[in-house]
Amino acid sequence: MSAPARSDAAHGGIEPASTAPALLRNFSIIAHIDHGKSTLADRMLQITGVVDERAMRAQYLDRMDIERERGITIKSQAVRMPWTVDGRAHALNMIDTPGHVDFTYEVSRSLAACEGAVLLVDASQGIEAQTLANLYLAMEGDLEIIPVLNKIDLPAAQPERYAEEIAGLVGCDPADVLRVSGKTGEGVPELLDRIVQRVPAPVGDPDAPARAMIFDSVYDTYRGVVTYVRVVDGHLDPRQRIAMMSTRATHELLEIGVSSPEPTPSKGLGVGEVGYLITGVKDVRQSRVGDTVTDAVKPAKDDLGGYRDPRPMVFSGLFPLDGSDYPVLRDALDKLKLNDAALVYEPETSVALGFGFRCGFLGLLHLEIVRERLEREFDLDLISTAPSVVYEVRMDDGAVVSVTNPSEFPEGKVGEVREPVVKATVLAPSDYIGAVMELCQSRRGEMLGMDYLSPERVELRYQLPLAEIVFDFFDQLKSKTKGYASLDYEPAGDQAADLVKVDVLLQGEKVDAFSAIVHKDKAYPYGTMMAGRLQKLIPRQQFEVPVQAAIGARVIARETVRAIRKDVLSKCYGGDITRKRKLLEKQKEGKKRMKMVGRVEVPQEAFIAALTADAAESKDGAKK
Amino acid sequence: MSPALPVGDPAPEDGALPPSAAVGAEERALALYLHVPFCRVRCGYCDFTTYTAEELGGTGSGSSRAGYAATAVREVEMSGRVLAAAGLPARPVSTVFVGGGTPTLLPPGDLLRMLEAVRDVHGLAPGAEVTTEANPDSVTPGSLAELAAGGVTRVSFGMQSAVPHVLATLDRTHDPARVPDVVRWAREAGLQVSLDLIYGAPGESRDDWRRSVEAALACRPDHVSAYALVVEAGTKMAGQVRRGELAPPDPDDLAAKYEDADALLGAAGMAWYEVSNWAARPDARCRHNLSYWRADDWWGVGPGAHSHVGGVRWWNVKHPGAYSARLERGASPAHGREVLDDDARLVERVLLGVRLAEGLPVTALPPEGRAQVAGVVADGLVEPGPGGTPPGRVVLTARGRLLADGVVRRLLGW
Repeated sequence: MSAPARSDAAHGGIEPASTAPALLRNFSIIAHIDHGKSTLADRMLQITGVVDERAMRAQYLDRMDIERERGITIKSQAVRMPWTVDGRAHALNMIDTPGHVDFTYEVSRSLAACEGAVLLVDASQGIEAQTLANLYLAMEGDLEIIPVLNKIDLPAAQPERYAEEIAGLVGCDPADVLRVSGKTGEGVPELLDRIVQRVPAPVGDPDAPARAMIFDSVYDTYRGVVTYVRVVDGHLDPRQRIAMMSTRATHELLEIGVSSPEPTPSKGLGVGEVGYLITGVKDVRQSRVGDTVTDAVKPAKDDLGGYRDPRPMVFSGLFPLDGSDYPVLRDALDKLKLNDAALVYEPETSVALGFGFRCGFLGLLHLEIVRERLEREFDLDLISTAPSVVYEVRMDDGAVVSVTNPSEFPEGKVGEVREPVVKATVLAPSDYIGAVMELCQSRRGEMLGMDYLSPERVELRYQLPLAEIVFDFFDQLKSKTKGYASLDYEPAGDQAADLVKVDVLLQGEKVDAFSAIVHKDKAYPYGTMMAGRLQKLIPRQQFEVPVQAAIGARVIARETVRAIRKDVLSKCYGGDITRKRKLLEKQKEGKKRMKMVGRVEVPQEAFIAALTADAAESKDGAKK
Repeated sequence: MSPALPVGDPAPEDGALPPSAAVGAEERALALYLHVPFCRVRCGYCDFTTYTAEELGGTGSGSSRAGYAATAVREVEMSGRVLAAAGLPARPVSTVFVGGGTPTLLPPGDLLRMLEAVRDVHGLAPGAEVTTEANPDSVTPGSLAELAAGGVTRVSFGMQSAVPHVLATLDRTHDPARVPDVVRWAREAGLQVSLDLIYGAPGESRDDWRRSVEAALACRPDHVSAYALVVEAGTKMAGQVRRGELAPPDPDDLAAKYEDADALLGAAGMAWYEVSNWAARPDARCRHNLSYWRADDWWGVGPGAHSHVGGVRWWNVKHPGAYSARLERGASPAHGREVLDDDARLVERVLLGVRLAEGLPVTALPPEGRAQVAGVVADGLVEPGPGGTPPGRVVLTARGRLLADGVVRRLLGW
């Protein structure tokens, strides 16, 4: 009945650029990070004959090392696979989706390129919050949902229980939930059949001016930017001149093709087809996810809609531990930017940390990924300041200031401070409802609703300030639910809040890296915590150093680094003056590494220890 | 094997000095240090070059106590040849200091034999100061008299503390009650007396320390040295601190004890002339000690001893066996050396000179350091000139003495 379409004869009618839309199926796989999406995708590539067993690299679609190591997909790609049902060869385009909360917009564009979605759930764990959020996105886009339980080969699998849960969410019969094992291949041919049978064929006007949606854009060192598109109307041809509808920039197509899974040039792409374009541009900003590609000579009148500029939500300062690495960091960011349209940065100078960059990210994971890539691929040692969100400060005189860095918080008379909020969804075993509610309330959360997915599992919905989430919310959530809870959130506007800026001062001098915008109720705990921490870390000086936390001119916490009383070697060892001089010279070298805050000498390590203590503490907390 | 010797250049086999060592030598005094690397027991805190009889085992006659004086005499003789060969003028030695170890573990005759060699090779200047260190439990009225008769003018007793539990922590075996007796004997023999004290031993209270200072003062010494305990890497005490068996010295406690000592000694009429040294009268200052701080020339004889001649510093091999072997084959026992450049000499001049009560002329400072003088005066670290004028010399205040290293860094413009 069904078989891989390996021979040329079986490929009849599904060559790229000349496949009838009726023979195309475009789908994504929606899954939580460790629910086996990549393994299933690999198995599909193998069963459809696109990749043979020997050439198979485990998790073929995830190209970047970090993705492979973390088992997550950051950038999506598309693979074309042949599959024959009832003697008819079809072309299946599997569009990979990034699997994390920070990339909701990218997920939405990937889903918009599809007519169907495979909802993949681990049969031993059940659905997770991000999967649920992406499922809702797919359902809102009217995608055909094919529910699948994976890992049925595992002893801990509970397919009956989770089939019920999924059926309840999707609105199908539990018996319709397919059961597969990406690992053994069991059930995968049936899943491919189901995709052909259930996912609607794409529909478009072949005679209209070309319109294709960009759902991914990847920088390749050798080829420049590779743009992944789904053609909606018309046709894209080799050597055609194309235009980007958001920027009106035009480019010549140097290459057009499909991935199966290696890039293979084609005679073009027709209605409903998915493939890649190469235009020679060097920066993914010139080829933005969500944008519409059209013909430069005969452009479409309207774009496909849904395009959005990537908007950084979380800001953090990145500084090289070794100041002489600053140019390396600058070059590295310039390189990463080529492949990351959402990454923004500008130079920043900090008293405590020297020269670095203020960087904007889609979210915390995005920040972590960028930082890790900088450290790994460019061999940099970095320190990042506490993540901050974008505050809107309305002054009494009517001026409005957007603040992405606490040290830029305006001085004068502040009327109102607005902060971004998110709608957060937490899925947790019902035993942990109390713990989750307590955490959300302590983070200024407002409950929006609660639903039982099953008697054992609950979906809690909260509105929360984004600033509370970017602090250590996820770590705390995991630690309070023994790792069982999952979290998803999406931007939900902003709100006025009672926020103040807390500065940390050494002998009356502000230390920029420690300024924080916090809720009034948390100002005192933050101030005492930070003053206490610095008091322990700052070496004693020849004079007393007050360490203060202040809101404006009002001091809310004070600690004192007592003056050093003894700094002298009482004896020179039997005339060993050399030793004493060398000791002194070592102290001189040590001073070179000191940062000066007014007259106070502080080793950079002390600042770094104070800044990273949060991470260390919350990690310790998570371990408990 | 500590203290670790500094890292420097290799010293030449014959110990020859570069001609630069002779420049200006007429203006400088010549001092001689004689090291005696033996102790009956090794104290847990001590990292000086010293060995007990068991540690040395059978490493040859030259490294044994019995043969040591003869070996040391060879180096004294070598010192005369090397200095002359480098073009230094013949200078009678102005001070001799016999240190250790425990010099008085050697029979007085051995000590005097070494002193005799100094006299033969260099000559002793009129009124030369000749000091020997001594343990209170290794002297008798007779041995002290014998030393005095042989030319020793001064004895420095390692009293360390008057409090039995502190002495026990320091592994000192003498009976504190014996100290007044040995001081009296020394004085009866016509020797000047200095007492060495150590503060900050684990478990020593402020009261313990004040009792020790008062006990020292009750002996009416001519001179007192008070040193903060430093836990040196590689000592038995460092291991005890690392394992948590002993508390490490607390810098605030050390500072308070220094202030206690300065107050008590000052009240008894003793004045500081160097950060850790007090004298009852100007002529009771240890001139040998001052030679170090004034960057005079001195030759250190013995294993692990340091020398300085005209901007050349060197240090001998540490082990008595290696030391005697080198001398026996006619080679210099020097292990490493460094020839100070102008920068290093400036740094040393400041770091040594600032420690003295006579201070350092402001003109000796580098320009960037001179610019700091007003600041260290304003911070109460350096005495102002008369009537609050800018000082002509850098003289540390009591607080400045405790923070001397920081003051030196500032005065060097670092």
